[in-house]
Formats: sequence, structure tokens, C-alpha cells
Amino acid sequence: MIINQEQIRELAAQGKRLDGRELQEYRSPIKVDLNISWTAEGSSQVQIGETVVMAGVKLSLEKPYNDTPDEGGIMINSELTPLSSSEYESGPPGIKSIELARVIDRGIREAKAIDMKKLCITPGEKAWFVTVDIITINDAGNLFDTAGIAVLAALKTAHYPVVNSETGAINYKEKTDQSLPLTKEPVSVTVYKVNGKFLVDPTIQEEKSADARLTIASDKKGTISAIQKGGDAPLSLEETDAMIQIALEKATYLRKELNKFVN
Amino acid sequence: MAYTKRLDGRKNNELRPMEAKASVVPNADGSASFKIGKTWAIAAVYGPREIFPRFLANPKTGIIRCHYSMMPFSGSGERIRPGRSRRAQEISMVMENALNPVVDLRAFPNTVVDIFIELPQTDAGTRCAAISAAAIALADAGIPMTDMVSSIAVGQVDGTVVVDLMYNEEAYPAIVSDVPVAMLHNTKEITLLQMDGEISREDLMKALEMAKDATELVYQEQMRALQEKFTKTE
Repeated sequence: MIINQEQIRELAAQGKRLDGRELQEYRSPIKVDLNISWTAEGSSQVQIGETVVMAGVKLSLEKPYNDTPDEGGIMINSELTPLSSSEYESGPPGIKSIELARVIDRGIREAKAIDMKKLCITPGEKAWFVTVDIITINDAGNLFDTAGIAVLAALKTAHYPVVNSETGAINYKEKTDQSLPLTKEPVSVTVYKVNGKFLVDPTIQEEKSADARLTIASDKKGTISAIQKGGDAPLSLEETDAMIQIALEKATYLRKELNKFVN
Repeated sequence: MAYTKRLDGRKNNELRPMEAKASVVPNADGSASFKIGKTWAIAAVYGPREIFPRFLANPKTGIIRCHYSMMPFSGSGERIRPGRSRRAQEISMVMENALNPVVDLRAFPNTVVDIFIELPQTDAGTRCAAISAAAIALADAGIPMTDMVSSIAVGQVDGTVVVDLMYNEEAYPAIVSDVPVAMLHNTKEITLLQMDGEISREDLMKALEMAKDATELVYQEQMRALQEKFTKTE
């Protein structure tokens, strides 16, 4: 329970917000820093308003799974660090962290954004596995969208490390100029329902005042690759459709913002 | 073959370029970023606040608690599994010992000041960068302090005493020693001292002598960051 929940809900009904933004307006600045970590194969720091998230890609060579012997793999993990908010504690990931990582993982995986077959080196024996870690630096709301862009930016900047052709050992200190086989660029947008109105890019207080949310990952063409409904208020078909419409529009906006910083 | 020229061309008493910044995590009560070469530590302070579990509470004073953590992609090799390793726990403990002598939390009995440290990238000297960042963050949070803590690693590479070793020096194929040191600015007392490798008593004392000047340079950068924050005009 937060103190100004009622005020936030009343304002929302009038199409207003505490910080004066339009309902469907992102905070500024949206800032993307690339290659913030020399030890990662690819990395980024993304800031939306006061929310700051880092993402880092590590690559490793492993045996493919038995059911997909000619494919590599991807795993997305998130750490909601106690550094980033007094609400997070040290220890194993809680449900909020697990959901965040899984929703972003699905957005990338189900869009087949990475060509898994191209990650394979020797079928049944050796393939590249991609691990992306999301680390929160300051949680001021809307981790879903911020982390989504951070992961995409980190994947886009990633380069394979050099592999010794004789021993097969990876030299993580040297990178090749070859980047990951990224075929699509899914961006996720989370739309919140607050007192009958829809808004994007909530602050922490707005997140806590919302009835429901819908996270929608979509690619350039507007094809949806992952959806997650959150919150316990029901959504009608009409509402769902309207929220998807907003998400697709805002995905174009976020992609444009990201592309100001990437290539 | 003696180590006469450092791998990156630095003088023996020369530190890597430093960059410190205060107040980098808006949610925290105080925070700082401290970069030295390619090692980067971010520290955030929360508190004084209620302590859990309760039995840790000290009715005479507040306590500090450090939580050192390397990001999974911050190591120069494979990905590091998230979660507190034994190494991280030991570093957290020596950090507390290094910072404790200067913080005065007697006005806040039964509370804790939590200091969280995350490292996005590393190239040796991580506990020193973590301590230097944590000290700025404590000051930024307005925690009563009697002195400043500044930390740097010194050591010996193949017979040459140097300051602020980077990874390639720690891994130099010869006899090497790495001595992380934290010093108080006013008293020049040592609050962190660890050593691994091999070093003679003479070289160790020479290295510690060099640490005095080196930590002074760290101190200047720490103070510059704090002054920059508190003189902001906007």
C-alpha cells in the first residue's frame, strides 16, 4: 500500500499523472550506453527516466541439448540487486526477478531472434550458448521495458571471442569482428491499466497503483512474440486489443530511440 | 629477466586513470561509482535502517554490513554464477573491517547501514575499488565519519615493487605478490591488509610506503567526486 495510490488513480481517470506526463508518454531521457563492460562479449546500460539497468552477454561452448543437436542456446537471467532498491534483498531470485527474466527470454526466444542453428559448430558436440544477465542499478519503475531494451542492445553489440583452433579453448580477452546471428529485434512494451485508463512507463508508485498490466514483445513488422498479463484485475477483449495497439505503437517509438545509439 | 618496464608502460608508482562519481543511484541514501583502469565498482548505501535478523542488533551502536558482488559478466573469463561465493563473503567481511574504524554510528543504536557493491567489469584490484567506492557512498549518505578510507593494491612483480597491479601483472609468469591495502587519510593507519604470492620483508615495507602516496591520490579523487556533487549549482 502506498500513500498516494488514490491520487494516482483519480488523476489517471482524468488522463493525468503525478509527474505531469501524458498517459502514453515515456520518461526522458532514454539513454543507451554500449559496451560498458570490457569483460562481457556484449553489454549495455539503459536509462529510462531514473530507472537504470545493465545487461551483459557471455558466450560459452557447450554440448547441444539432445532434442536439438544442431542448435545452440540462450538463457536470460536477471538480478534485482539490493543496490538498486530498498525493496530487494540479497539471496536467490524472487518471483519478480524470475518473471522479468522469463518474459524477456520468451520475447527473444519465441521470435527466433537468434538463429540457433548458426550457433552450432559441430552437431551433437559443440555449439555456442548465449547467457544474458540483467542487473538492475536503480529501479524507479518499468523494469520490463528498460531491461528488454538493455538485453537487445547487449545482444546487438556482442562479438564472439577468439577460439584457439587447436585446443578449442576460448580466449575471452580477444574478440573477433563477428557478431551474433540476430535475425529480428523484438522490443517489449508494458501497458498498465489504472482505474480504467491505459498508461505506459510507470513509476514505482504507478506500478503499485495499477490493476493489471500487459507486456507485449513485438518485432519490426508488428508480429507479437510474447505476452504476459500481470496483476489480478480481469481484462476484456476490447481492453486487451486496445493495450496491444498501444504496445505496438510504443514499440516503434522505443526501437527508434534505441537506434539513435546502436549503429 | 627482471620486470623493468611495466606491461602498460606506467611508472612503478603510477596508478591507472581514476574516475569517481558520487550519487549515482537515486534510490539509495548515498552512492558512488569508482573506476580505476578497467576495474569498476558501484556502491550504494541504505540506512541507518532496521536490522534483520534482529539478533544482530547492537543496542550501543549501529553497525555496517557490506555485500560485495561481481556481476556475472564482469570476470575476464567464463561467466560467473550469480550468488554469494565464499570469495565474495570474505571480501565483504574484510571490507567491513576496513570501513568500520571511521564510521561512528553510536547515534543510531540497533540499526544497520547496508553497503551494496556491484562490479560491472574487473581487471584486478576489485576489493580496493569496492572500498574506495563504498567510502565515497558512506560520505554521500551523510554517515558520520571520522576519516576517509582510500584503498589501492601494491605488490611486487619479478623483483620490482609497483602500485595498482592490473590482471596481467598479477598473472605475470614470475614471482609476483599482490598486497591490497586500505589506509586512513589523516592517520595513515592501515585498515585492510592482505597478501598473496611471495615478497621479502624489505619489499613489503617499501610497497606499504608507496601505498601511502598511492592512497593519497585515491583520496584526492574521492574528495573531488564528493566536492563535485556538493557544489552542483543546478
